[in-house]
Amino acid sequence: MAVCIAVIAKENYPLYIRSVPVQNELKFHYTVHTSLDVVEEKISAVGKAMADQRELYLGLLYPTEDYKVYGYVTNSKVKFVIVADSSNTSLRDNEIRSMFRKLHNSFTDVMCNPFYNPGDTIQSKAFDSMVSAMMVQAS
Amino acid sequence: MENKPIVTCAGDQSLFTSLYTSLAQQLPKEPMEWRRSYGRAPKMIHLEANFVQFKEELLPKDGNRALLTFPFLHIYWTDCCDTEMYKVSVKDGMLRWQSTLRLHGSVDWLIVVVESEAKKKNKTNILPRTSIVDKIRNDFCNKQSDRCVVLSDPLKESSRSQDSWNSFLTKLRTLLLMSFTKNLGRFEDDMRTLREKRTEPGWSFCDYFMVQEELAFVFEMLQQFEDALVQYDELDALFTQYVLNFGAGDGANWLGSFCATVKRWSGLLLRRPIDMEKRELIQRGEASLLDLRSYLFSRQCTLLIFLQRPWEVTQRALELLHNCVQELRLLEVSVVQGALDCWVFLSCLEVLHRIEGCCDRAQLEANCSHTVGLWTYATEKLKSLGYLCGLVAEKGPTSEDLNRTVDLLAGLGEERPETVNSLQSPYKKLNEALSSVEAFEKHYLELSHAAMEMYRAIGRMRSSRLIGKSLAEFYMKKGDPERAEGFLDDSLRSYVAEGWSLQVTHTRKQMAECQKLLQQTEDYLQTSALLAGDANLTEEERKHFYQVILTFASQAPTVALSMAAFAQLRQMQFSPPGAVVHVGAALQLELRVRCLMPVAVQVEQLAATLHFSLEQGGARGRAGGTQRRTGQGPQGQGDGVVLFPQGSPLAGAGMGASLPPALELYEMQDRSPSDSSLNSTGVVCKNMHLLLRRHDSSASLDTPTAGALPAAVAVDDGAQMLRARDITLQPGDNSILFTAPTGEPGSYTLRQLCGSVGRVQFVQSHIYPVVQYEVYSQEPQLTIEPLSDNLLAGIPQKVKFTIATGHYSVKKGDALQLSNTDSMPILHSSCCSATILSSTGELVGERALSVQSSEKVTSISLPPTPPYHTLEFQLEVLCHIPPTPFKPDIERLTNGEVRHRPKNHSQADSGMIHIDQKVSIDCPWSIYSTLISLTFYVPFKAKHSILSAGKRKYIQVCLQNVSDTNFHLADPVLTELTDRAHTSSLTRSLTHLFGSSFPQTVCSQQSVFCLWEMRWVKHLPLCLQCAFSASFAPVSASDAHTAFKPYRYEFQLDRVSTLYSLKAEILPSSGDQHCRTGALCGLEVSITRQAEPSETEGEEEESTEIEGLRTTKLMYEVVDNSSNWAVCGKSSGVVSMPVAASATHRVQMEVMPLFAGHLPFPDIKVFKYLPHSAVPAIQPDTDSCLENDTMSLLDKGLDDQGDTASIRSRGSIHSVGSGEQQRGLPMPRLEPFSPGQVFYWSQGRQVLVLPVTDDHVMEVNVT
Repeated sequence: MAVCIAVIAKENYPLYIRSVPVQNELKFHYTVHTSLDVVEEKISAVGKAMADQRELYLGLLYPTEDYKVYGYVTNSKVKFVIVADSSNTSLRDNEIRSMFRKLHNSFTDVMCNPFYNPGDTIQSKAFDSMVSAMMVQAS
Repeated sequence: MENKPIVTCAGDQSLFTSLYTSLAQQLPKEPMEWRRSYGRAPKMIHLEANFVQFKEELLPKDGNRALLTFPFLHIYWTDCCDTEMYKVSVKDGMLRWQSTLRLHGSVDWLIVVVESEAKKKNKTNILPRTSIVDKIRNDFCNKQSDRCVVLSDPLKESSRSQDSWNSFLTKLRTLLLMSFTKNLGRFEDDMRTLREKRTEPGWSFCDYFMVQEELAFVFEMLQQFEDALVQYDELDALFTQYVLNFGAGDGANWLGSFCATVKRWSGLLLRRPIDMEKRELIQRGEASLLDLRSYLFSRQCTLLIFLQRPWEVTQRALELLHNCVQELRLLEVSVVQGALDCWVFLSCLEVLHRIEGCCDRAQLEANCSHTVGLWTYATEKLKSLGYLCGLVAEKGPTSEDLNRTVDLLAGLGEERPETVNSLQSPYKKLNEALSSVEAFEKHYLELSHAAMEMYRAIGRMRSSRLIGKSLAEFYMKKGDPERAEGFLDDSLRSYVAEGWSLQVTHTRKQMAECQKLLQQTEDYLQTSALLAGDANLTEEERKHFYQVILTFASQAPTVALSMAAFAQLRQMQFSPPGAVVHVGAALQLELRVRCLMPVAVQVEQLAATLHFSLEQGGARGRAGGTQRRTGQGPQGQGDGVVLFPQGSPLAGAGMGASLPPALELYEMQDRSPSDSSLNSTGVVCKNMHLLLRRHDSSASLDTPTAGALPAAVAVDDGAQMLRARDITLQPGDNSILFTAPTGEPGSYTLRQLCGSVGRVQFVQSHIYPVVQYEVYSQEPQLTIEPLSDNLLAGIPQKVKFTIATGHYSVKKGDALQLSNTDSMPILHSSCCSATILSSTGELVGERALSVQSSEKVTSISLPPTPPYHTLEFQLEVLCHIPPTPFKPDIERLTNGEVRHRPKNHSQADSGMIHIDQKVSIDCPWSIYSTLISLTFYVPFKAKHSILSAGKRKYIQVCLQNVSDTNFHLADPVLTELTDRAHTSSLTRSLTHLFGSSFPQTVCSQQSVFCLWEMRWVKHLPLCLQCAFSASFAPVSASDAHTAFKPYRYEFQLDRVSTLYSLKAEILPSSGDQHCRTGALCGLEVSITRQAEPSETEGEEEESTEIEGLRTTKLMYEVVDNSSNWAVCGKSSGVVSMPVAASATHRVQMEVMPLFAGHLPFPDIKVFKYLPHSAVPAIQPDTDSCLENDTMSLLDKGLDDQGDTASIRSRGSIHSVGSGEQQRGLPMPRLEPFSPGQVFYWSQGRQVLVLPVTDDHVMEVNVT
């Protein structure tokens, strides 16, 4: 279960960002923003020729003492970032992958909405509830 | 110290010693393939051995599984070549050795018999040498003969000795490997069994650790580092799993020892291959979690470095450190606050030192990305230690802080002996850093800068900036805002550029603090303004920052800030919407502003400077202005609304840059200049240059945006301004009304918007999209237009006068002076009123209009009208129809122009005669007269013709209504004009034949024919002037009697009287009663002179006097255009007619009917035949006539049936002429008679022609 889920536009501004302990919101914003460095590094490392068949899932971007940051990049260079608590050791790589896949599907739905203007922040309720389901339930 | 597998040597020690060196050298020389159990891949391995003297103690006792000290092979050396000696001593020794081995269950042994030539030579009497070996084999190796090898002459350089060495070494290696396989396999099995017991209560991880580590040691000893590493990784994983299970509530007893309070946090120690200290702790079960982890990692590190994988070390180190912190948390191990930070800090540095120790500088630099994480981690930890120990506070550490520091340092223990002498050891660094504020700062900065540099080097700008930001925080704590500013600014720019609003807010708050300390008033105010309008902040915070602005507003010098922080423009709306007004007109501009401040703001003045330019639009007047407007109205609105594009609210001010701007589409219409018909239409994108610009996403980080501060906002003082004073802007949308100055004609563009709050001015330097309005000035203009499509001449018509006053104000007493013309009087009725319209087309009023006519001038006094209004009134005019028929397009005034082409082509085709009537008008605003042309159309077209019946004459007048209007026509009268004196004596009467049914309605395009018989008393005059007159009125006219207007048509008739009558008779051939087809008939033409030529006529008629008799020559011609007749013989001829009444001339001709039935007579034409001496001016006519003649003859085409011989072909004038007197000039000429001069009796007559009865086959084709 994630503590923070972010969707970042191609131009690197946040389309959607939500974190669970609200008081730590700023810290997550900083974490997600900084993770873009690694995302960019990973994308450019793949090389242009392979860009077509590259894996969208970027894996663990970087660990911190408290959190693990995972990344995913769509073909249109929209980035998904999931931050998970390091103490949450039961979280497997496969689960992260499936979370990203769900996120991607839901994001595609948002984009398919004719009333959504690409580039705007995401305000879809369906997307929001899907993200909520993936988040750690705040107790 | 290096571990090697132990091989014991028994037997002849001195022999072994002599061979030892070469043996130790040769053994590892060649690799050996090691096949392994459990499907592990075979490996090539270089064997080495530690040869020790055989002692019984070396043999492992039962239960001791120490592998490191385990002798893998036992060798017995002997050089005995004497049987006796063997029997006496060597055999015993071997037996003893064997029994000892057997006692310990060791089966890995080898007996080496060394033979030397030298020895053999000394004892020549000995038994063959093989016997000893055989004996040994016999005695000891009952089935394993390979356990005994012979080494011959090992110290000699011979091929034989080499061979024997090789075979010996091979044997040795094989046996060693066999022993390894066997013993390790057994060990592994034991180990596995032990591992399977881990769920049992008494199981201890530490014990198991020691066992598996033994295996690792052996692999390491065999240089199988990979395998060794696997052992440690397995241990690592096992331990991790236990910790996780513990976390999940499944605790194992042995973990208790790891849960003890951490007392030492001395960090990793990677300089020794094996940290025996820690190993012993583990062995004793006294190790803490950190000890175990440290030891485990140090071993892994050592192996990885052996494997040349230093970067894996750094990666694993970071994982380990994170993991340890997590595990301690999970196990709820109590740790002194800061102790872990110390441990992590020391460990990071230790790893880095270790890596630095095994890599060169270039390698290190190339692999920054692997080490930078550790650097950052160390930096973070040092920072938190600094905060913890009060080293960052401005006042320095308190006593409490100092106590804490001492505790922390105590936990570090003594410095390790390895690093005591090194100046830069992690231990020393930490000690130093915690010892004083200055030292801490030095070390912290050093680390931070190193980490930032590395991040920058590998392009991780965001990470670098994050460290920079924490550096800024540090500087702020230290009270050093100057240095903090740069870092904050850098971070802020990047956050703004990338649109991360939360960070922007947070950083901006820090920035505000920093600027406040630096006393950068303007910047501080700007930042405060941005913060006051920041939705991410709480109401209180925003109010606080707003208060800051207000405080400044009441003090000190004027400050200009960017408007963007203060308010956003939403839209502007012009009223009137066209945004094009005339000079002096009222134009209002409604500005919608979203105020971002948290509370209502009192703005003293909101002003927009205007840029004024004398554009063409201003001078061109209204029409031009509006056209431009529709073309370029911002956002395509026709209602004068300008919308300002809004950045996404979350993205903040800087986001405009990265979001693509919205399409700005405009409708474009291209109209032809002449008649404003639509040529083409389309859609134009105005901001294409912005949209199609390439977006460079990577560059966006570095573009300076409005993040910190926009470049100096200057208040520019334009002469013209839109101003609104003392407004209160509520938070959210506000509407402000401006009154735009319209003093001068031209184009006004809004340039800068400036709001003043006290001394603080909020300035928006550019307004985009461009907002502009136009003021025009217009010359007064007078137009006169017909009310209907066409003005008709002859009846009163209404025309509309339109005066666009423009800048001229019509005063009382101003009048239009129309110069009168006779042909077009102005009919003024008493009740004439004018309407006044405003510039927008609204009705302002209706005033009476007085029209006064004098002889020359009609004066229309205009009602007073304000400028830029329209005055309209109607007048009735009448255009007299000119009595004489004239050619179309006659213009009565020579200097005029055609007012406009008739729109309706059918009307043009119908040949309506039009009259262009010019009106000259003197306008009060101009010293020049205005000439206006009106086109009137004559509604009727009249034609006359003369008809004859013998001597009687009739005049027919045809009157066609060519207009679209229906008319009543009355009183058609034909009169003779008696203007010539000498014909006045003539008496004639014109009798109107069908005059009963008038007045008559003549619809559009209808014609009326009137017929008169002409009677005269004496002679008919040569020329007759007649005038047809009638009165007409439109059917729609209310008062028929007064509305009737005269129409007059004058014409002249020449040569009216009948001169000749022509009578033709067709006679069937003799004996026949009727004509028959194909049979020749006689055609008799008799030409009779009807009247004496009058005197005047005689002048014209060419007559010759022959023998006192006046004759004229006539030419006749028989023409049959309908191919009914074939004229046989001559068809034309010239006759001389005496000029006397009733003179008759007969001509006989032969014609042949070609068809049966009632055939019309062939046409017979008579021409005046004029000899060549006539006026040459008429020559061309003759020519054409002659041509026609020959042509007609040719056209006739001669019938085959006809008697070709009898047909005189080409009855041309030449032949005719040849019959006459030749006068030298070849060309006589013909002149036709005017209508009425020749009367054809037989015109329209028919003759019955019967078909030939027989001989004819009728062909009937049925299709």
